[in-house]
Amino acid sequence: MSMTFLNIEFLVASAVGLLTAAGIYLILRRRTFPVILGLSLLTYGVNIFLFASGRLMVNAPPILNKYAEVPYTDPLPQALVLTAIVISFGMTAVVVMIALAAYLSARDDKIDMPHHPEDEGEDA
Amino acid sequence: MNHFLIAPVVLPALVAPFIIMVVRHHMDLTRIFSLASTVLLLAISLVLAAQASTGEVQVYELGNWSAPFGIVLVLDRLSAMMVLLTSVLALVINLYVIGSGWDKRGANFHALFQFQLMGIIGAFLTGDAFNLFVFFEVLLIASYGLMIHSGGTRRFQAGVQYVVYNLLGSTLFLFALGTLYSVTGTLNMADLAVRVAEIPAEDTALLRVGAVMLLLVFAIKAAVIPLHFWLPASYANAPLPVAALFAIMTKVGAYAILRMYTLVFGPDLATTEGLAGAWLMPAALVTLMIGAIGILGSYRIGRLVAFGAITSMGTLLTAIALFSPEGVAAALYYTLHSTLAAAFLFLVADLISERQGIEITAQRLMPQSGLIAVLFFTGAIAMAGMPPLSGFLGKLLVLDAARDHDMVWWIWGTILIGSLITILGMARAGSLLFWKSHSIPVAPSAETSQQPYEEEANEQDDTAERSAPAALPFVACFALLSGLILLTIFAGPASHYAEATAAQLFAPEIYIEAVLGKVTP
Repeated sequence: MSMTFLNIEFLVASAVGLLTAAGIYLILRRRTFPVILGLSLLTYGVNIFLFASGRLMVNAPPILNKYAEVPYTDPLPQALVLTAIVISFGMTAVVVMIALAAYLSARDDKIDMPHHPEDEGEDA
Repeated sequence: MNHFLIAPVVLPALVAPFIIMVVRHHMDLTRIFSLASTVLLLAISLVLAAQASTGEVQVYELGNWSAPFGIVLVLDRLSAMMVLLTSVLALVINLYVIGSGWDKRGANFHALFQFQLMGIIGAFLTGDAFNLFVFFEVLLIASYGLMIHSGGTRRFQAGVQYVVYNLLGSTLFLFALGTLYSVTGTLNMADLAVRVAEIPAEDTALLRVGAVMLLLVFAIKAAVIPLHFWLPASYANAPLPVAALFAIMTKVGAYAILRMYTLVFGPDLATTEGLAGAWLMPAALVTLMIGAIGILGSYRIGRLVAFGAITSMGTLLTAIALFSPEGVAAALYYTLHSTLAAAFLFLVADLISERQGIEITAQRLMPQSGLIAVLFFTGAIAMAGMPPLSGFLGKLLVLDAARDHDMVWWIWGTILIGSLITILGMARAGSLLFWKSHSIPVAPSAETSQQPYEEEANEQDDTAERSAPAALPFVACFALLSGLILLTIFAGPASHYAEATAAQLFAPEIYIEAVLGKVTP
């Protein structure tokens, strides 16, 4: 299986690395939109990582067979990643809504908060 | 199986959707159900605490799936104590919020509040690392809603930062869990403890990476320097009663550190030896100092208390990082104290900011100034750790526990100097807010003398309108204050319980055996 350079482990590992790197680059930006995109990329990366934490198997069902010695893949990471996907989807929706509220309210989508006292405290 | 164990999770989980779907449009009904749920929660946690104080570790298997395969909830002394603390705090804050009318200033406060309680209590009870992640998310998503409750530009902006920071924390948590799972093949905490101990030391590179990432995640939650940046802005810009509830959220991080690094990556474990202790101790000391300096430098009442919370997390984690039974016992006593003290000060800060705004400046004398000054004074004493309140005893226990540690002078020096700076900062804020205000009305009085009737009438109206509904918030504040006083008077029983809890934490075999049944070591 590992005869070629492009085996599945290499591909999946690069995908996780690329997604995480791109995500980290984007969350360091100053405006909320790229930051949210970066968060989404990071959650994609972590989801693939979680999925791969039970080892990568091709053409193997996630079911134990008690009648024959057939290969099977670990079902638990699949359940974990499903939970993680649902949660990260919900969280992304929440952060989009809050960022939208902040943008509409401040007319500015910078992620920093203003530091001058005269800009602050209007809702004190 | 004792089904009572899951009641504190199920109760808020049922009440919250009921409030949203059935009684959403009736404020009074919403308040009644929310309050009733919180009272019931307190009763349940008292029963659970009584059960746990026998020293037995109870296990609840969800869906009756046996331990390493299904999710378990585990009740030991530590969980029971934290659940009890949460429900006491929840009841008091619920009273305050109802009394001050904060819950009317935005939608669905009480439903979010109940979901938040569900998440916090679930995190304290669960015995499964992935389930811990899920309960973290439950408490976080509810806290996002609570944090931006009643809106406002600054609150939304602070909310974005808070959410983004915590989403990053959650992502890191998942990476840590994936790493641990790929090494051990399990996420049940007791099972993890067994498997981690079996792995030979030379094969643990990946495991150590996972352990460090997990520590980072919990350090984010516990606001340890340099991962504390989310805390001051979010606590200070959240509604202050909500920030009072958040006082328990940083403790969730401390709890998770304590749980994982006594049970799974125990202090005796050769592979991760000194990992938590060596890194956590300096970080905790710096946290303490930065928090104290932050108190001194705060120009806003919310930030002042937020940095106070950071200082107390520093002290707490210093005690935890000793990783000795005495240190953990001191940390547990200090947890009880610092949660109540931080919540108390947040509520007092809300009383102040409701009357004269969020800036720490000398302004016109606020209504009930004398009473609030007394409350602020006692709160500051508690936070700084001066006698006679429980903060003093807590810090004394921490200092005493650190006596045999290598870094004893660093620890003593930091805690004592930190306390001194805290006292200075609190004294500065208090004298600006309450004493200097006495000298302010002299100047405006010349102005008002031109139209004395109007101004005076306005002022009276103002005071009357504000002081009329103000009884319940004060009741809540005095309830927390009496909690602190009780903790001082019954320091003996409380620290005995803390010592028994620490002893239980340093004998993880009981926990593992309760979860997994009889295992051969």
